[in-house]
Amino acid sequence: MIAVEGVSKQFGDYTALDNVSIEVPDGSLTALLGPSGSGKSTLLRIIGGLESADSGRVVINGQDATNVQPQKREIGFVFQHYAAFKHMTVRDNVAFGLTIRKQPKQQVADRVDELLSVVGLAGYAKRYPSQLSGGQRQRMALARALAVEPRVLLLDEPFGALDAKVRAELREWLRRLHDEVHVTTLLVTHDQEEAMSISDHIAVMDNARIEQFGDPRELYDAPSNAFVMGFLGPVSRLGDRLVRPHDIALAAEVEEGALEAMVSRVIHLGFEVRVELMLTSGEAVTAQVTRTEADELELNQGDIVWLRSAGATVLPAPAEPPASAAPADPPAADAALPPRAA
Amino acid sequence: MTVSRPWRIALRVIGLGYLAALLLVPVAVIFYRTFEHGIGAVWDSITTPAAISAFTLTLEVTAIAVPLNTIFGIVMAMQLARGRFRGKTLLNALIDLPFAISPVVIGLALVLVYGLNGWFGRSLADAGIQVIFSTPGIVLATIFVSLPFVVREVTPVLKEVGDEQEQAAATLGANAWQSFWRITLPSIRWGVAYGVVLSVARSIGEFGAVSVVSGKISGETETLTLLVEKRFSNFDLAGAYAASALLAVIALVTLLAMTMIKPRREEEEH
Repeated sequence: MIAVEGVSKQFGDYTALDNVSIEVPDGSLTALLGPSGSGKSTLLRIIGGLESADSGRVVINGQDATNVQPQKREIGFVFQHYAAFKHMTVRDNVAFGLTIRKQPKQQVADRVDELLSVVGLAGYAKRYPSQLSGGQRQRMALARALAVEPRVLLLDEPFGALDAKVRAELREWLRRLHDEVHVTTLLVTHDQEEAMSISDHIAVMDNARIEQFGDPRELYDAPSNAFVMGFLGPVSRLGDRLVRPHDIALAAEVEEGALEAMVSRVIHLGFEVRVELMLTSGEAVTAQVTRTEADELELNQGDIVWLRSAGATVLPAPAEPPASAAPADPPAADAALPPRAA
Repeated sequence: MTVSRPWRIALRVIGLGYLAALLLVPVAVIFYRTFEHGIGAVWDSITTPAAISAFTLTLEVTAIAVPLNTIFGIVMAMQLARGRFRGKTLLNALIDLPFAISPVVIGLALVLVYGLNGWFGRSLADAGIQVIFSTPGIVLATIFVSLPFVVREVTPVLKEVGDEQEQAAATLGANAWQSFWRITLPSIRWGVAYGVVLSVARSIGEFGAVSVVSGKISGETETLTLLVEKRFSNFDLAGAYAASALLAVIALVTLLAMTMIKPRREEEEH
């Protein structure tokens, strides 16, 4: 288990981490998710010992590691840009940690062969990193990190430098690998889809703090604030509430508690249909319905429909920043709206 | 840039002509004049006791100065590329001082500091160490003039390589020493080699600073360049040409080493 207790970090005037605490459960694959500059990489590097915390503690498997050198932390670290040892072959890269520990040659060779086949690079042992693709280099880096049997595996945007297709493949591959190896893994990413698809738990970070920690479904269905809700999926503002676009129900007839809106555009995206609407207050709202629903309603531009939030994920909308709020919702318009649902 | 054909040929002729007039012709003439009276005369001229002593002294001085500057250069380059400290800009400018100051001035400065009437000269002399008009002075002067090469070659390479590989090595259990020998040094090796070659060339060819501090005692503190100058001033032209040819051969060998390093460097950079 990795436990971070009240860690803060300043870079000059810039606060990278502000009293952050997190517990990464044993054997789990946990994601640190957040926009760039949210402090997620700094947190990972502090856990790995590549940065030092200004205050707070890092505990790895029950031992205080706060002041322990990175080489003594028994961690595996994977970098966004691979950090491959360019002057060494794939074999020597993977063997590095074992060679440093002066293990017997035959033992090292066997372990490297085993790892290379695990990461699917069995035929590449004699190549140099420059002769590998990005995805292969990252798999080599993972094998290198796993070779020393680390207590925890730390991945810093491991797929960030790869193209979308390779990224999706490697993501699946990493999840399967984790299910086999079971090493406690902490992965930094800014890609919510990546976090949702492979991790057991997600810590959402913003502005040097952890906003929420939970499993992917929990975060999606019960976000603790507007930021988490917006970062994990699309959000529509319906009156004074935030809802998911697929949680907006459309009806052709007046319903109690529903808001009146005019259809401004209907976009067909295969099975899904995105409906852009305009409330009587002048606010724009996006709803997402299935094709069947859209066909039943016979939605056309200019139609009047009634909107109601049908899902469980609802948050009160934060006050909009003055700049965008000024033209759109004059207080008088509110009075003209039907009363909102409880 | 697109240039019409006649222009292109004209530019090429000018470029090559410049090179030929200023570099190739003089060097070729030296070799021509050297071997004008047969190889036997040349051999006699470069195997006199004074010549052999000058040749050995030059190699000795180079063998001391270059390794010291290589170690210093790598340490300094790591500070300049990675370190965060006050006065880094000043230090960076100071490294170039030997390029900026005339070697003669460097020689004089060394005499002022280490000469018998200099700052440390008296106490060093009392301890039985003679710096000026002796080998240590020549070594100091040579170190001074060839100091920037390794630093200047290695610093940009270190910056380009970055420190991520070293961080990776650290997380894999390597201590600072292991990380330096196994990761840092191999990744800057071509930069170091290039800097060493340039330092060697400069050390062997240095004249001005060495001329001031050596005292030019034949057979004792006379380097190869000083020998050439002495023979030339004594109207021993054949002897001067022979010694020059020897210097030129050493220079060409280092140049050859440099061109052999270059393609390998470029190969690594893709």
